[in-house]
Amino acid sequence: MSACHGCANCAVAEAPPSLLKAARPHVVAIIGPPNSGKSTLFNRLTGLRQKVANFPGVTVEHRVGKARMQHHDRDVLLVDLPGVYSLNPRSEDEQVTRDVLAGTMPGIPKPDALLLILDCTNLGRHLVLAAPILSLKLPTLVILNMADDLKTRGGDVNTAELASELGSPVALISASKGQGIEKVFQFMQGTSAGTASLAPPRVELPVLQDIPRCRQWAHEVGSGAAYRAPAPPVWTRRLDAVFLHPVAGPLIFLVVVAGVFQTIFSGAKPLMDGLQDLIQTSGQWVEHILPASIFRSLLVDGVWSGVGAVIVFLPQILLLFLFIGILEDSGYLARAALIADRTMAKFGLQGKSFIPLISAYACAVPAIMATRTIENKRDRLATILIAPFMTCSARLPVYTLIIAAFIADRPLLGHFFGMQAAALLGLYVLGFVAAIATARLLKSSVLKSERVPFVLEMPPYRWPTLRSLGLRLVDRSKVFLRRAGTVILLVIVVLWVLENLPVKNGQAPPIEESFAGMIGHAVEPAIQPLGFNWKIGIGLISSLAAREVIVGTLGTIYGKEGTEQSVGLRQALRSDLSPGGAIALLVFFAFAMQCMSTLAVVRRETGGWKWPAMQFAYMTFLAYLCALITNEIVRSGILA
Amino acid sequence: MLQMSVKNGFEPALDHAFARTLAQLAEGEAGVLDRLDLPDDIARRLMELGFLPGHTIVPARSAPGGEPRVYRVDGSEVALRRETASRLILRPSKAQAKQ
Repeated sequence: MSACHGCANCAVAEAPPSLLKAARPHVVAIIGPPNSGKSTLFNRLTGLRQKVANFPGVTVEHRVGKARMQHHDRDVLLVDLPGVYSLNPRSEDEQVTRDVLAGTMPGIPKPDALLLILDCTNLGRHLVLAAPILSLKLPTLVILNMADDLKTRGGDVNTAELASELGSPVALISASKGQGIEKVFQFMQGTSAGTASLAPPRVELPVLQDIPRCRQWAHEVGSGAAYRAPAPPVWTRRLDAVFLHPVAGPLIFLVVVAGVFQTIFSGAKPLMDGLQDLIQTSGQWVEHILPASIFRSLLVDGVWSGVGAVIVFLPQILLLFLFIGILEDSGYLARAALIADRTMAKFGLQGKSFIPLISAYACAVPAIMATRTIENKRDRLATILIAPFMTCSARLPVYTLIIAAFIADRPLLGHFFGMQAAALLGLYVLGFVAAIATARLLKSSVLKSERVPFVLEMPPYRWPTLRSLGLRLVDRSKVFLRRAGTVILLVIVVLWVLENLPVKNGQAPPIEESFAGMIGHAVEPAIQPLGFNWKIGIGLISSLAAREVIVGTLGTIYGKEGTEQSVGLRQALRSDLSPGGAIALLVFFAFAMQCMSTLAVVRRETGGWKWPAMQFAYMTFLAYLCALITNEIVRSGILA
Repeated sequence: MLQMSVKNGFEPALDHAFARTLAQLAEGEAGVLDRLDLPDDIARRLMELGFLPGHTIVPARSAPGGEPRVYRVDGSEVALRRETASRLILRPSKAQAKQ
């Protein structure tokens, strides 16, 4: 790969070196239909020098990155636009693409050049997008991606002929393998130096509103360039015969979903334990080298254990994104959406909601971001609103702690499935049931929609590349660690202050007399019917920021080490909380919306505070009500 | 300009009597699309994916339960629910034309 773009730079080294470094970067936009390999190309061109951002005022995400050019006088800024089939502004994606190309999108300068990426295994259809793009009269490189696929399946195209038909340079590349990437660098070098010239297209562009005409035009251009469509993808058909088999298909689907779960929960365990040990040991070491002071207490008891409790989830989150990445890049995810559609339709949702909802098992934040693939606004909103009910990994430490403390591990089905596992599974089911019940409620009331058709393109199966998987993981780690380092750190510091003030006789007060204790006592009457005491009250308030924070908070309050594995904390809880209160606490956590990050992302994705506010109110009400009922049932001993 | 009728509240019962829809094709049986009996914006969306009048469409595998079904159209595969496929009206095949 580095060799490819190395030679690109040699080839363009004769570009006139300007003495004045241009202040304005050279802006190049990447545009193409969905599944044309836009993101793969973007990753190839920018590597890690990219960031994800939202277009101002809309819910559409875009990525911006600097191209990895070596000999250049200006920075080349690449903008990855959403995948579109046309520029007729019907969806938000198409509107955004139009605005960026017209230079009317605030914050993004009008592109100086365009990279139009098309899948050359289906050139006839993809060339339709060339008509509106070329009519913009910007320097455009027409990139025919999947060159390797085209060749192996016996297709062919004359790029020189196509270039003269379109009046734009054409590059035949394979973005995933890195073949032909140097031509893209060369093009950007040329447009950046201003040496590229615009040739008028030889073929006349069609009337853009007329889709059959545009398709006919694309066909004629393709024929002019001696385009020979490749044979149907044999392997994709063979694999579909298995993955979409009436019997084997659903079974494989279940095995895949179960496998993902199993790996996330048991596979991540050693990594998480290792990380936990590392955090603890390093915390002890810091405690050892620093003199006893209020600052040390903040650093070790607050920051170290609090932020550490969150960072421990990194392996789990990365594993989930690794799986989602593999499923998505291989093309299986579209089949999963197809298989799930009928079931999801029963809850008023659709197959495309399945992917975000599965992601919500790791974290609702990326899940809500993933709802962008759902074109139907109402389906998308419903998916966003129910996603936080899915049992995210931040609930796990709370569940683990309470289950370990209050539920005896009696075997139910042999050694592998005991009471504790059953309790955990029950909580997952509870969240799922709440989610689908809410979906039905929403879709039959406020979000009732005339059924917009479900349209799902099935991409051919492909091998996922390590590069793309790796970049995805790096991206997710950054997002997650930023959250741990900001929101959660802030809350931990505020909480530590509340726990250590007002100072009595130059020392931190007992927890009961601290500000935190006072707040806990103030809310106690409200939560007493649920079986919670003032200590749990402090925990609940602290967990408004993020659910997992409650474990650390309880650790501080009970003066025990705050990890879900710690025996001390479990014993302290057992002697302080009734069984009814403990089970009610589990139920409360299954339903309550205790996550600022999720609320923030819902606000961003829905464009206002209305929906996150309603979501928060609804989930809190449901959590309170169900915890109350649970506590009453356990207390009355009906189950015993 | 476009061969497409917009849903107007009436079931196009007469058409159905003569022309078959995409939903009625058996797996592997090719049909030529005549028109899209759908609201304009949805019809355009489907046309962008290759469901254009005059194009040949071949149903492929379907999800368990028969729905949604994958259709091979214009070099790619697109899944549709039955409710949508039954709005895509086919040209009468030769066998039907003889009748």
